Order: sequence, then C-alpha cells, then structure tokens
Amino acid sequence: MTTQAPRVRQARPQPPNPIKVGVARGSIELKQFFRERDAVVFTFSLPVVLLVLLAGIFSDPVEKTGVEASQIFAASMIAAGIMSATFVSLGTGIAQDRDDGTLKRLRGTPTPMTSYFIGKILMVLVVSFAEVVVLLAVGKGLFDLKLPTDVTSWLTFAWVFVLGVIACALLGIAISSVPRSAKSASAVIMLPFIGLQFISGVLTNPISALSSPLVEIGSVFPLKWMAQGFRSVFLPDSMTFQEVAGSWELGRMALILAAWCVGGLVLCLLTFRWKNGRQG
Amino acid sequence: MDNAWGMTETAVHVRGLVKRYGGTPVVNGLDLDIAHGEVFALLGPNGAGKTTTVEILEGYRDRDSGTVSVLGEDPGKAGRSWRSRIGIVSQTASDAAELTVREVVGHFATTYPRHRDPDAVIDGVGLGEHATKRVGRLSGGQRRRVDVALGIIGDPDLLFLDEPTTGFDPEARVQFWQLIRQLSMEGTTIVLTTHYLDEVEALANRVAVIARGQMKVVGDPATLGDRADAGAVVSWRENGRLMEMETASPDQFVAELVRRNSGNVPGLSVQRPSLEDVYLQLIGEDNSASAYRRESA
Repeated sequence: MTTQAPRVRQARPQPPNPIKVGVARGSIELKQFFRERDAVVFTFSLPVVLLVLLAGIFSDPVEKTGVEASQIFAASMIAAGIMSATFVSLGTGIAQDRDDGTLKRLRGTPTPMTSYFIGKILMVLVVSFAEVVVLLAVGKGLFDLKLPTDVTSWLTFAWVFVLGVIACALLGIAISSVPRSAKSASAVIMLPFIGLQFISGVLTNPISALSSPLVEIGSVFPLKWMAQGFRSVFLPDSMTFQEVAGSWELGRMALILAAWCVGGLVLCLLTFRWKNGRQG
Repeated sequence: MDNAWGMTETAVHVRGLVKRYGGTPVVNGLDLDIAHGEVFALLGPNGAGKTTTVEILEGYRDRDSGTVSVLGEDPGKAGRSWRSRIGIVSQTASDAAELTVREVVGHFATTYPRHRDPDAVIDGVGLGEHATKRVGRLSGGQRRRVDVALGIIGDPDLLFLDEPTTGFDPEARVQFWQLIRQLSMEGTTIVLTTHYLDEVEALANRVAVIARGQMKVVGDPATLGDRADAGAVVSWRENGRLMEMETASPDQFVAELVRRNSGNVPGLSVQRPSLEDVYLQLIGEDNSASAYRRESA
C-alpha cells in the first residue's frame, strides 16, 4: 500500500490486449489443472485403463493382416483420450467455474470472455498433447503400436489432432451449460462420453460390425471421425476393409470435423451461461 | 447529472430503481446518490434488496426500470474500461483454490490497465506471511482477505465491499478498517454493505438503511435518526449506588449534577441511543408494518 496523501486520479491506459490476458489465463489454468490431483487422475487414467483392459482382453491378430486387435484399440483410443482431455475436462471444469465464483469474479474485472476461452483452449491443447503422448507410449510399449515414419501420416495426425481438439473443446464448453451445478456435471458429461465411445468404434472393433443405425448416430459426432483418422495414421492401408466405407475417407473426415468446429462455436455462443441454475 | 463531457458529479446516481423476481418487486423505486470519495454504507435486514441493488450497480444483474449511472456509465452496458475502474468484493467466492496467494493476485494485476504492486497489496491485507500458501488451504477469514486483495489490485476508483469482514477476528477487522481508511484517503469511493454497525460507525461518512426495496433513511451515522439530539441516559454513582436519569437535555442535567456535587461526580457517563438502537427501531417499524400488511392481505 502506498502511503502518499490524496492524489489526483489520472486517466487510465486501455485495458491490456485480450490475447495477452488469455495467454496469462492459460498459464494459471494449467497450474490449477495439474495441481488438482483428482482431475489429473480422472482425465488421464480412464482412456489408459480402458486401453489396457480392452487390448489385454482382445489381443488376437486380425486374420491375414498381421495386425493385432490391440493395435487397433491403441490407435482408436487416442481419439477418446483427446475427448477426455477436452470435452470432459471443459464440461466439468466450466460447470465448476460457474459454481465456485470464478466466472462471477471475471465478470467483475476487465478480463473479457474471449480471454477466458483462450485460456481454456490453451489448457486443453497442452493436456490433450500430454494425453496423446501417454497413450502413444502405452500403445507402443505394451501393444506394439507402429509409429509411422513418413511425413504424410504425421501431417494427417496433426490435422486430425487440431480439428479434433477444437471440435471437442467447443462441445465441452457447450455441454457445461447443461448440468445445473458442478455436482451433477460429471454424471451429465460422462454419459455422452462413454456412449459415443461404444458407437464410434473406440470400444467396439471393428466399427463395421455395429448395426447401421448405431453407426449412423456415431457418424454425426466428431469422435468416430477422429478414431478413424488415427487408425489411418497407425494402421496399414490394408485395414480399410474393416471401415464402414471400406476406405479411410480423409476428405469427408476433414469436412465433418471442420463443420463441428464452426457448429460448436455457434452452439457455445447461443448457450453459454455465466451463472449456474441456482444463481438466478 | 451528466454534463456534456460525460463527467458526473456523483460516483453513483440511481433514480426509481425497480427489480422484480417472478413479479414480486425486491427493489421498489429506490433512489441513491453517492459522491466521489465517500465511504457509503448500506444497511438493511436480509431480503431487503441490498444485495440486489449492489449487484445492479456492479453490472451483475439487469433491472426492470429506473436510471442507474455508476462512474458516469450504465453498468448494464459498460465495457472493459469501466470494469477497470471498479473493484468488487462479493460474498461466497471459493475459486482459485489450487493457486497460491501470490499467483492469483499477481495474475489479476496483469489483467488491469493500471494496477497496484501485488506484494504491497498482499502485505496490506495482512497476508504477507501466507503469500506462497495455496488459497484453498487458508482459513475463512484469510480467504476473505484474498477477495479484498483482488478487489483493490486494479487500483479502483470505486470499490464495492459486500460484508467484507465476515469471519475476521477482531484484530484483523481493525487492520482491515485501517486499509479502507487508507484507500478512502487516496480518493477511492467505497460502497460498503455490512451487518456490523460498529463497522459502519468506524468507516462510513454516510449510511443508508434499505427496507422492502426502498430507502428508509440516509444520513451521517453519528446523527442518523436524530440520535445526536435525542434523549440521553446520564448515569453516576451517589452514596455507593448507581443512579440513572433519562433526560432530553443531558448537558444541563450534567451541569446541575456537577454543581450539586461540588465538581466531583463519580462514575459519570452520558449515553445517547446507539446506531444499533436507531437501526433496530427503523427496522422494527418496518417489520410491524409488513406483519400488519400480511394480516390484512
């Protein structure tokens, strides 16, 4: 506290750039995320545990391909890992921010909504990246997942990752407005997360073995396309016979994921609430 | 109140404010003026419309009708520059539990166009020795001081304090009062909502009592409800017994006492009605009125 006598109040400069504030928020969001041990364990362990269980149980080789079922699960599970780090962590995290006063405090300061979301997106990009690294390490170490050596495959990996993170993050922000409070948030958010894994070819293999209405529902959402994208990166092209269309459909995949990025943004802008269901 | 350049003579100017929840008016035609540099206290029973009024001034809630100007702008439409000039200490925040005091205060400092020194602010609210502790591990009163630190870090022109000393021990309260006086001396306008009447007497230049969504009375805490001119109780000891006398003119009575006892009156004291007496009387009138209304409804 300064101890000078009453002073003349001067005009203030403009509030700082929203992007700069957003980057600063990203840093404190990451600190908070990694210090909250429950959230870290919850976010990282579920896809890893599912992968270890599934790939451990269904480890038989697929006939005449030289590919093992465990490798297919390892590739598809990367998509679920990203959804956990984005959709689940944002859906529950923002519901929490609404309950504990984070959003209310921000509304009373010059931090704009844009900076809040930049902070969240930076956080989920870092967390998703870490999640993917963990899943790749487990996949390679335990289940003989083959890392591609060509640039094209890694480019595909990069755009599926980026579009998938953005689409799922926006859907996470949108669904955070559904639960009435933080207490009910994880229940509300786990239901679509687990359900989609069954009908998107993550927990079920091959996806073409599912009944077609289920596949059609799954094909509406990003998870199915992300899992398919990662299979295209980590499996040989001879495995396309197991896909619904008999090919990797990279063009269609890019279009649908990009459409979710735009649609998700519109959904967020239409539904976002600053307050929880009880704050009136 | 606005002149041609958008400057206002008052920090807060409210006329005919109305806010309804489900058709029931919670704030019902409230008028309010707070001058620049004032420490202004709002008193009122729970449910009187205090918090709703303050939240409208802070830009948290919209209103149904009335004109509101805070630092020359309508808080319902004001943007980032306006938010840079106000500080808010609300009730019931439990955010940022995983960050240290230094981290959270330091972060918010960077979000303002002009800010105070974070370490000085942390010291100022008495959290110097807890600066590296996580916010979630602080006691309730310490947690509240983090809120105060965040309210003043942006060097606000206008500071809203909603029951700021709840959970403080007596020493911390006195320390907090010093901080508020310091801020006021530096030119910050302060709007204080509290249930502690001693806090009002210690800090406020003016106090308003709100009941049933309307302003009951506004005035200097020392003279509210004409208590400075109201009767007083004079007490003293005479022949080992405590004597009490209620009188409308205590000065004359004391002069008489002094003369009668040749200048030596043991245990002499003069007590005016306290702010609490006046407040309870005002609220009491109101409660009996509403009770009557309920019966006749």
